[in-house]
Amino acid sequence: MTIVISVPPSLDEQSFEHVIEQLAPVPLGEKILVDARHARWASPFGLTALLCVAQSREDRMTFAVPENPDTASYWSRSGFFRHAAELYEMHGTVPRQRDAHESEVLLEITPIVQTDDVHGVVGRIQQKAADILHGQLGLDTAITGAFGMTLSESCQNIVEHAGQGGWVAVQAYKYIKRLGRRVVVIAVCDAGVGFRASLESSPGHRMSDRWDDAMALEDAVLRAASRFRHGDAGRGQGLAGIRRFVGRWHGKLTVRSGTARIAITPEWDEDEALTRSLPFFPGTQMQVTIPERIGDPLPKARTGASTRPRERSL
Amino acid sequence: MTLLIDVGTVLRGTVCDLYSNLVTRPTGAAVRTAIERQVVEIGTPVVTTIDFSQVNLLDFSCADEIVAKLLLRYADADGPTGYVLFRGIHEEHLDPIETVLERHSLALVALHDGVAELYGVVTEDERLHWEAVRDFGPVYAVTVAEALNVELLVAEQHLDRLRQRRLLMRHLGGFAVPGSIPEVT
Repeated sequence: MTIVISVPPSLDEQSFEHVIEQLAPVPLGEKILVDARHARWASPFGLTALLCVAQSREDRMTFAVPENPDTASYWSRSGFFRHAAELYEMHGTVPRQRDAHESEVLLEITPIVQTDDVHGVVGRIQQKAADILHGQLGLDTAITGAFGMTLSESCQNIVEHAGQGGWVAVQAYKYIKRLGRRVVVIAVCDAGVGFRASLESSPGHRMSDRWDDAMALEDAVLRAASRFRHGDAGRGQGLAGIRRFVGRWHGKLTVRSGTARIAITPEWDEDEALTRSLPFFPGTQMQVTIPERIGDPLPKARTGASTRPRERSL
Repeated sequence: MTLLIDVGTVLRGTVCDLYSNLVTRPTGAAVRTAIERQVVEIGTPVVTTIDFSQVNLLDFSCADEIVAKLLLRYADADGPTGYVLFRGIHEEHLDPIETVLERHSLALVALHDGVAELYGVVTEDERLHWEAVRDFGPVYAVTVAEALNVELLVAEQHLDRLRQRRLLMRHLGGFAVPGSIPEVT
């Protein structure tokens, strides 16, 4: 029997939880079809996380391509199908790969396996990042270097901690429902060992009764812990730097690992700071969101409003 | 004897001739090792100036591997005997550099348009004494004590601590900022 995992019509960091909820209880060895036929939109997080779904199990899954031609075309231009074809058994019409010419795609989906890949992505996006961050999002020019640093440190987490390759994508789009303004988003996802196992491998690690994925996330994101910190006091500064970066630019940082998710939220968002006991998904999935800067102050989070839906115009 | 090391040239000569960004920890470690090799080969110069002007982007990992670990090596009892000075630090380099200095409780001297500046972790008194040496120096401790209106012994203690941290150097019985004109007034 084949288990069908339905991809939500709008796939982003929050709605990806629906994918995990369906996937987590499926026993190993079962045939799985990831059904994206009805998907209409996916954020960079959604697309990179879908690649991690394929990497999360040894058995090759089947992937049903979005039926909407605009959606399939966009996913193709973002580089998704090129990588998905190596990981999934593809079903449906896959549009021919073309380069991403849209101005909002800063970096199409790119594999991160080794240090050279980090140099590659940082070098590749610099001019385009300056154009979009300063030119289109109205942010101070000082953000360009810090943005590159954030990208570099996020990707290095894969190389140093995941134990296997992962994916990065960077894109700008209009975040209509929450903010009503444009954002630039960095998504960095892997299906590796995750923060908990990474920190447990440190010689100085002390296991406590409360030790779990949530505590590991708090240690790594809030307390700059690193498995290399034992004997090297300089380690663990990357995530701390990313946290400062999102704070300075009124951005948002979310990190999911194992069964937990942590969110560093700005004034315009009301996400849960720490969520425990989520369905398990291997590795670490990170998203950095930086909003457009315009004259008006950023809107405050609305009590009771959903943090979920977001849209972009194709 | 002084030595000028262009980090951009070291990066391209050591890691990859296409790179202009100092990112990733292995890259930083390779560049630092190359810098240390140059210092040893030339016979430990009095002042080694590390020039970042050809570096586009510097991330936290590279700032830690190059700036912090180089300063820590100089602070070691068996480390190089000279002084290290930085120049060409852009505005965008400052956040990672100041972050790693704070993490390790370090400080450094950097040149901006020919003027020496002090970055990192120092007390307010240490900063005042260092700035007095920069502004009036090379100077004797007594001149600094008079300028800051403090006891000579207090001034000597602060200046000696700054010397031990390689933020000041001794020159003809007085104190000078590394890389400044070596004349005692």
